[in-house]
Amino acid sequence: MNQPLINLKNITKSFDGAVVLDDLNLSVAENTFVTLLGPSGCGKTTTLRIIGGFETADQGQVIFDGEDISKLPPNKRQLNTVFQKYALFTHMNIAENIAFGLKIKGKSKTYIQDKIKYALKLVNLDGFENRSVSSLSGGQQQRIAIARAIVNEPRVLLLDEPLGALDLKLRQDMQYELIRLKNELGITFIYVTHDQEEALTMSDTIVVMNQGYIQQTGTPEQIYNEPENAFVADFIGESNIIHGTMIRDELVEILGARFACVDKGFGTNKPVDVVIRPEDIDLVEPSRGTLTGICTHLIFKGVHYEMEVTTPDGFEWLVHSTDMCPVGKQVGIHVDPFDIQIMNKPASEDEEAVGVNE
Amino acid sequence: MNKLLRKNLLAGPYLFWSLGFILIPLLLIVYYGFTDREGSFTLSNILSIMTPEHRKSLWLALELSFVSTVICLVLAYPLAMVLRNRGMGRGSFIVFIFILPMWMNFLLRTMAWQTLLEKNGVINGLLAALRLPPQGLINTSGAIILGMVYNFLPFMVLPIYNVLCKIDDDTINAARDLGANFMQTLFLVWLPLSIPGIISGITMVFVPALTTFVISNLLGGSKILLIGNVIEQEFTRGGNWHLGAGLSLVLMIFILISMALIAKYDKNGEGSAF
Repeated sequence: MNQPLINLKNITKSFDGAVVLDDLNLSVAENTFVTLLGPSGCGKTTTLRIIGGFETADQGQVIFDGEDISKLPPNKRQLNTVFQKYALFTHMNIAENIAFGLKIKGKSKTYIQDKIKYALKLVNLDGFENRSVSSLSGGQQQRIAIARAIVNEPRVLLLDEPLGALDLKLRQDMQYELIRLKNELGITFIYVTHDQEEALTMSDTIVVMNQGYIQQTGTPEQIYNEPENAFVADFIGESNIIHGTMIRDELVEILGARFACVDKGFGTNKPVDVVIRPEDIDLVEPSRGTLTGICTHLIFKGVHYEMEVTTPDGFEWLVHSTDMCPVGKQVGIHVDPFDIQIMNKPASEDEEAVGVNE
Repeated sequence: MNKLLRKNLLAGPYLFWSLGFILIPLLLIVYYGFTDREGSFTLSNILSIMTPEHRKSLWLALELSFVSTVICLVLAYPLAMVLRNRGMGRGSFIVFIFILPMWMNFLLRTMAWQTLLEKNGVINGLLAALRLPPQGLINTSGAIILGMVYNFLPFMVLPIYNVLCKIDDDTINAARDLGANFMQTLFLVWLPLSIPGIISGITMVFVPALTTFVISNLLGGSKILLIGNVIEQEFTRGGNWHLGAGLSLVLMIFILISMALIAKYDKNGEGSAF
């Protein structure tokens, strides 16, 4: 990885005494798609607004390409923002909206005309120059907001839940559009969302946040397959989080049964949290299972069946499978070693507050 | 159908009211305006606006109300912006403080200014105490403008404040984000988006200022006659209702022009929120 383009150093921010960001450090590499992911109130939008210059951090620095821009107003920053509710100028037509930033910079008329054409083509809205803002659908307005931002050739595009107001189908289409745009433009995207699927689909790097702290940073695969704590495991996808004991390297005891796993270095007889994704559980003949239980719940979800298997100790295992297991049937539970993810238990109550909330 | 009829009946009392107290008086004004004392048709009441003294008072009224409107706009816009940017809760309280004087009697407030500006009034008293020469403050055009601005300023602030409150913070942030500094944001985003409020405010100040006779009576004395004073005198002292009605009709044309302007610029009816 090259030298980071944006570096947030020890950012702290509070509103009316409530701490929103606490000593946050984050670096963003050039030409990557970085997603800040977390539940509402986790500080992700505040982080974005601090980068954009709409909020000032109480403490800490925003370093952009080696320069401290913490005190710079938004109009002097080399980045552009796409707002959640589009924030188009309703008193201007589409062409005037897109031309706004360029006119301020005093670009020539022909340059602006070319740019408008190029940007509209890029967002698949050719010929919309003279339309009014109100005649456009939500998805179209959001594309114009993106076009209005990218004509300024920012080095970083900030996107604040830009797809939040769109319906599911449109949202999925726009996800692919954004990936395509990112690749064509070759610039850095910093994207804020609470939608884990959106984050997994588009990002190069996901930053999972909760209560003002970064929980984990990594590629979508890392975040999904190797969550570092129970919060991340729970927030990204569905999972079974079970209390277990690490007997020794590569062997963990869960609910009285011993499972082979691939994790090492947790010590011996150490209490841990174990994450098992519902789709990683194989339902087998009771005699072949590591644990046995009774199927107590069955829902058809389209692609797969969602089942609950209750083991004798009362734990309900969430299982996703394309094979159906009728309610009341006794089944065995089998998990492949590499599908078991071991996490340290939070060391103190403090750390508990920071991340691991059920 | 029956339901519709019953719903329409609810408008009955108001229709009755407007028929008796708006439409009939208006028709009477038209009747008086176009007739002489014998009751025969004439245009002389209308055309008497062309006489030098009437023309002068109409022109003066237009001039003073125009100046007052401009002053109100210049004072009100920054104030409305400050109020809006203070955020909802605190902003509303300041607005409340601001409109509090409006609950006091209009006459009383204007008479208070009379006391302040008089030859032996409070201001000249203060000047005398500072050994400065007394100023001729009352009975000037300036005093009338002061009275107009003082009385009508809230009618400019409120519609502008209302329309500014509807502008989303992120719209402003977007302009800043795209490189606009404060002045560019003001002229390219704030002002164009608040035109409905400005138009509404202008009308709500200009129309009452144009027709006022109370302010000019109290602060302008008998020397400065606005068209409102002329009409009032024709009705009360001159006893020529026909002439007064004719001049009223002329004045109404100017009001209709400003109403037409609102209809043109305020298509969404946003400014009429107040």
